[in-house]
Amino acid sequence: MNAFKRTTVGLAVAAALSLSMAHAQVSDNVIKIGVLNDMSGLYADLSGPGSTLAAKMAVEDSGIEKRGYKVEIVSADHQNKADIGSAIARQWYDADKVDVIVDVPNSGVALAINAITKEKGKAFLGSGPASSDLTGKACSPNTVHWTYDTWMLANGTGSAVVKTGGDTWFFITADYAFGHALERDTAAVVTKSGGKVLGDVKVPLNTQDFSSFLLQAQASKAKIVGLANAGGDTINSIKGAAEFGIVKGGQNLAGLLVFVTDVNSLGLPTAQGLVLTETFYWDLNDQTRAFAKRFAPQYKGIHPTMIHAGVYSSVLHYLKAVEALKSDDGTKVVAKMKEMPTDDPLFGKGTIRADGRKIHPAYLFEVKKPSESKGPWDYYKVRATIPADQAFRPMKDGGCPLVK
Amino acid sequence: MTEIFGVPTQALFGQLLIGLINGAFYALLSLGLAVIFGLLNIINFAHGAQYMMGAFCAWLLLEYWGVGYWWSLLLAPIAVGVTGVVIERTMLSRLYKLDHLYGLLLTFGIALIFQGLFTQHYGSSGQPYRLPTEFSGGYNLGFMFLPKYRAWVIVASLVVCLSTWYVIERTKLGSYLRAATENPSLVQAFGINVPRMITLTYGFGVGLAALAGVMAAPIYQVSPQMGANLIIVVFAVVVIGGMGSILGAILTGFGLGVIEGLTKVFYPEASNTVIFVIMVLVLLVKPAGMFGRER
Amino acid sequence: MTPGAAPRGGIWVATGVMTAALAIAPFVGVYPVFLMKALCFALFACAFNLLVGFGGLLSFGHAMFLGTAGYVCAHAAKIWGWPPELAILAGTLAATLLGVVAGALAIRRQGIYFAMITLALAQMMFFFYVQAPFTHGEDGIQAVPRGMLFGLLDLSETLIMYYVVLTIFVAAFLFICRIVNSPFGQVLQAIRENEPRAISLGYDAERYKLLAFVLSAALSGLAGSTKAIVFQLASLTDVHWTMSGEVVLMVLLGGMGTIFGPVVGAFAIIGLENYLSGFGQWVTVITGGIFVVCVLAFRRGIVGELGAWWAQRK
Repeated sequence: MNAFKRTTVGLAVAAALSLSMAHAQVSDNVIKIGVLNDMSGLYADLSGPGSTLAAKMAVEDSGIEKRGYKVEIVSADHQNKADIGSAIARQWYDADKVDVIVDVPNSGVALAINAITKEKGKAFLGSGPASSDLTGKACSPNTVHWTYDTWMLANGTGSAVVKTGGDTWFFITADYAFGHALERDTAAVVTKSGGKVLGDVKVPLNTQDFSSFLLQAQASKAKIVGLANAGGDTINSIKGAAEFGIVKGGQNLAGLLVFVTDVNSLGLPTAQGLVLTETFYWDLNDQTRAFAKRFAPQYKGIHPTMIHAGVYSSVLHYLKAVEALKSDDGTKVVAKMKEMPTDDPLFGKGTIRADGRKIHPAYLFEVKKPSESKGPWDYYKVRATIPADQAFRPMKDGGCPLVK
Repeated sequence: MTEIFGVPTQALFGQLLIGLINGAFYALLSLGLAVIFGLLNIINFAHGAQYMMGAFCAWLLLEYWGVGYWWSLLLAPIAVGVTGVVIERTMLSRLYKLDHLYGLLLTFGIALIFQGLFTQHYGSSGQPYRLPTEFSGGYNLGFMFLPKYRAWVIVASLVVCLSTWYVIERTKLGSYLRAATENPSLVQAFGINVPRMITLTYGFGVGLAALAGVMAAPIYQVSPQMGANLIIVVFAVVVIGGMGSILGAILTGFGLGVIEGLTKVFYPEASNTVIFVIMVLVLLVKPAGMFGRER
Repeated sequence: MTPGAAPRGGIWVATGVMTAALAIAPFVGVYPVFLMKALCFALFACAFNLLVGFGGLLSFGHAMFLGTAGYVCAHAAKIWGWPPELAILAGTLAATLLGVVAGALAIRRQGIYFAMITLALAQMMFFFYVQAPFTHGEDGIQAVPRGMLFGLLDLSETLIMYYVVLTIFVAAFLFICRIVNSPFGQVLQAIRENEPRAISLGYDAERYKLLAFVLSAALSGLAGSTKAIVFQLASLTDVHWTMSGEVVLMVLLGGMGTIFGPVVGAFAIIGLENYLSGFGQWVTVITGGIFVVCVLAFRRGIVGELGAWWAQRK
């Protein structure tokens, strides 16, 4: 068996050599990128096929194919199930010669991919997942966590809101690991900044009616109602809050994980006044606007979310590292990516830390009033910018075994 | 202020009312399910998807043709009801002689198809449906702020539920329907077109689901997944009420809304599970449900 | 539902062919991880079929056995550091115990009420696993070590793992064949066909049904434990009610009450899932379409219809 394996590898290497002397190290002469995310469920709009599109745009913009490299992009739906996701990942790495997996929203799936990627010595660029464990307990030399994480969301929204006077909080928390982590981290930040947490309620996932919990939030008299949930749960809690006059009654909502697509589906009349943290917004500067202008027409008019932007920027940086190394060996490329400073049109200049955390600024946004919005997708105004060195968890607090 | 288990009574009133409003949705949905089961012997697992289609229909009417909420209340159930009629004629009618299981599986498949198609077309994050202006604002009840729309939901649902119950249990048309389920060939012999009556009944049950969907559209997000998890809850309501019992479905719907509402105060984590605990207990003590009779 | 099974000799031959085909499959280009996944589900479907196909009891909560075993096995292997054989055994045992409790409650009711009680119990188990800290919520128990089987076989080697899974599957499959053709299996089928009559013949129907339920739960647990070791994770997916629905689909598609039906059904569904994963949103539509076509056009399932066609030709 082993002899057989060695011969095949030998043959493959020989074939690769004969085909292309210039970049002999690129396995089977093709850089194969696998976009793995939720194509059909809750997260299909904010990552889904849009992430595949973003990856394609990154390959185009890198110009790498003009320099003789071949790049191929495949995509698949993990259906938010860790076993399906890991089966696809294994097949991609073992049989289909995929070199790098990108995106992967849903922390459960991402943690599984993180482990498999390490085992196989490939590369994983996580734009979609939230769990800060990816650069903490579970950190890996083969993973870069690109766009955002729970610590950053909690810190950004928590500290900024307390600074602007929102010093008493009530949490409506999705009753699962992600919600608990968000609440725990935010509560810590709120208390540290001198605020107080008055209470919380843990709500089962996929609850349709939030009015009961909103009444409890109302009764707590907290100035800020923190929504430690995501997707449809966040949307329905915000709708309920508008209906029950929570905001009119003087309380404010803080969404801990809200994407621009969520705001779009809520509509400004309902979402106005909501504060939230993201690391990207399409209308930040000329370069992000140019990107959105190319992206939206190819994606049913949906403007890029921070996850799409993260896929674009991570793939761009990955390709740069491959070219610099003339190799697509996962472990080496990720090491190279950490060594090289990042620079791209969407996130600007940045770095990747030893624990795999990509560092860039984060923004506290407020959703505009309908009267302030100039047109479709004109939703946010910047309330505060959190500088790159403060946006993410300090490396020493993460407990990542790589940096001990 | 007096308190019950550490919760002020005032707040508890508010929670009970909220529970009752949610119960109104359960009642409307389980009513449709109970009508279909009682008269067709089909467990309609597509009910959640048809609820979602009702909401989408209202949204489409408003978005593309500018048709408002009131017309949607009428048009959306008819439109979705028609799709129900087509499904009954082409597929369900072949299954009446078989085990319940097959009807359940077929309608489950249909639900998946609809959900997939709507996600494909309209995206997963959903669409907003504006609250009709007549309903903006609300009443201050002293112990809580009651949005006008929620008050309307409870009234409308009660009216629909009670009139359906009246038609089926107390009118001539209803007696034909009930007779047709007991002994179709005899009723046929009296010159009544039984297959057509059954088809229309299914259309009506589906229409009720769509009506609930239209009523839900302004307060919940109109999204392809909105009915996916509701179906097993509503189905549990029907089972607890006693399968096929119209009154049982209505009363259990409201009752479970209240129980769920109380759970949301005392043990919110379990608010999605409490219904199933009750279902096990009821089935073990009263096998045919609270208001059902053993067949 | 089709009665009984094919003649016994045929079954041994067919089992031999199936085993041989599976044994060489990795060498003719079939990806072993896909095969292992399909085998775990095939075992799960066979266990489910034992209950619904031969016992006539449709459970709508079988995911609780798959998931419970997965969690217990993963926890034993990862946190307690147990070797894989003991971890798998622990998972199976946990599912068996759960099967005794759930079965004792559920078999008191029939038909749709039986299905509803199993569904409700499964929902309660789901709630428990969401709340229990050791499951890590939706993140699941990750990076479970595969370990050394009996201290000898290194399961982190894909092919070794594959043959272990295949052995477990074939052994369980033969065990199920044995049960079905045993006097116990015959009585069970008699109860399915006509319960009052079986009772009047002096059989204690409740005890037979309970035993069938527990056996089915135990075998589902074996599938769940094996799956946890193969994928090195245990997650909420396996206890969710949609998983209970999926196994119904597998058995229905393959052929309820046939010996090979569940295996064919599981391979077909897992294959579709694998093949269609690139089609994104169409997956749901296609799965739904399969349900509809199955119920309308071939209710006996692939194997059932083939069997009927074969019988007619003779």
